[in-house]
Amino acid sequence: MSFLQNNIYYIGAFGLILIGLLIVLVKHNLIKVIIGLSIMDTGINLFLIAIGYLRNGTAPIFSSPEVESVLMVDPVPQALVLTAIVIGVAVLALALSLAIRLYKHFGTLDLRKIKELKW
Amino acid sequence: MRSVFSLILLVVIGAGVVFTLSSIPFGSTSSDVGEYYIDSGRADTGATNIVTSVVVGYRAFDTLGEVTVLFVAAIGLGAILAAGRENEEKKKAEWEPASLVLYTGCRFLFPLILLFGAYVFIHGHLTPGGGFQGGAIIASAFLMVYLGCRKKRISKTWARNTESISGLVFVVTGLTGLAVGGHYFLSNFLPEGTLNTLFSAGIIPIIYIAIGLKVGSELTGVIDDLIEESE
Repeated sequence: MSFLQNNIYYIGAFGLILIGLLIVLVKHNLIKVIIGLSIMDTGINLFLIAIGYLRNGTAPIFSSPEVESVLMVDPVPQALVLTAIVIGVAVLALALSLAIRLYKHFGTLDLRKIKELKW
Repeated sequence: MRSVFSLILLVVIGAGVVFTLSSIPFGSTSSDVGEYYIDSGRADTGATNIVTSVVVGYRAFDTLGEVTVLFVAAIGLGAILAAGRENEEKKKAEWEPASLVLYTGCRFLFPLILLFGAYVFIHGHLTPGGGFQGGAIIASAFLMVYLGCRKKRISKTWARNTESISGLVFVVTGLTGLAVGGHYFLSNFLPEGTLNTLFSAGIIPIIYIAIGLKVGSELTGVIDDLIEESE
């Protein structure tokens, strides 16, 4: 039980990453593949945040002068994730626009029927 | 067959991850650079939100790159969607008008959400939040108007001008810092003021306001392109 309590964020983050990877590898519908990429993205962000977490930590914000700096969580992963979320949204929008174009061109989103993408 | 291979691959990756992470206990690690930022971030940049002082203070140049990536993605999306559009017959879709409650509600909420987004990016150096979050909130206000009252559209030139001007403000602030303040791009040339007040932290609020407007107008442009495509 304590193993679960100690590592629940790692388990959740890598669960999300592996679920996303499985969707990308197995599913044939392009929209589902893009959703899988997005789930992977979320898992990676959660993992980065979990790496920087400090037990009983607080947010790295000095909202009043008497806030202690000892228990603040690491700000570097948070800054990285802030970047990654925005890039993730941009990549998601770009991927969806490509899916729209593919659908207009081939009339389907099934990757088995789109011959150029078969593997 | 393919799913069996995929599952084997996932098991291998999972085993590798467990093996690696077992040496990094959860909830106890802190990097040296993070501790440095926490200890001297206030003195170096004047911002009380340390994440902001990392994003717009220490690593402002990276943020410029990030804004550029977002800009390129928005441009690419517009180009991809516009590429095959002209040789299609334009058929006008007939939308059922929204009900009165929905229409009035989203028009009532729209300025409030804009105000909240502006609050989030103006106070980025004091409270949780910042330019990217505030910009996303502003774009969500526009998305709500697009979904709630379908006839309303933003003017493209307005969005493009906001985006260009705020991007220019970012770069010009950085170049001014290079010329006046110090020896590097985006160095602080304004007084840092007292901690925990709105007019503090030098150039950080200016840059974050520029980022907020830029991200807001870019994401609104993305939403506008996608909604236009769906009609």
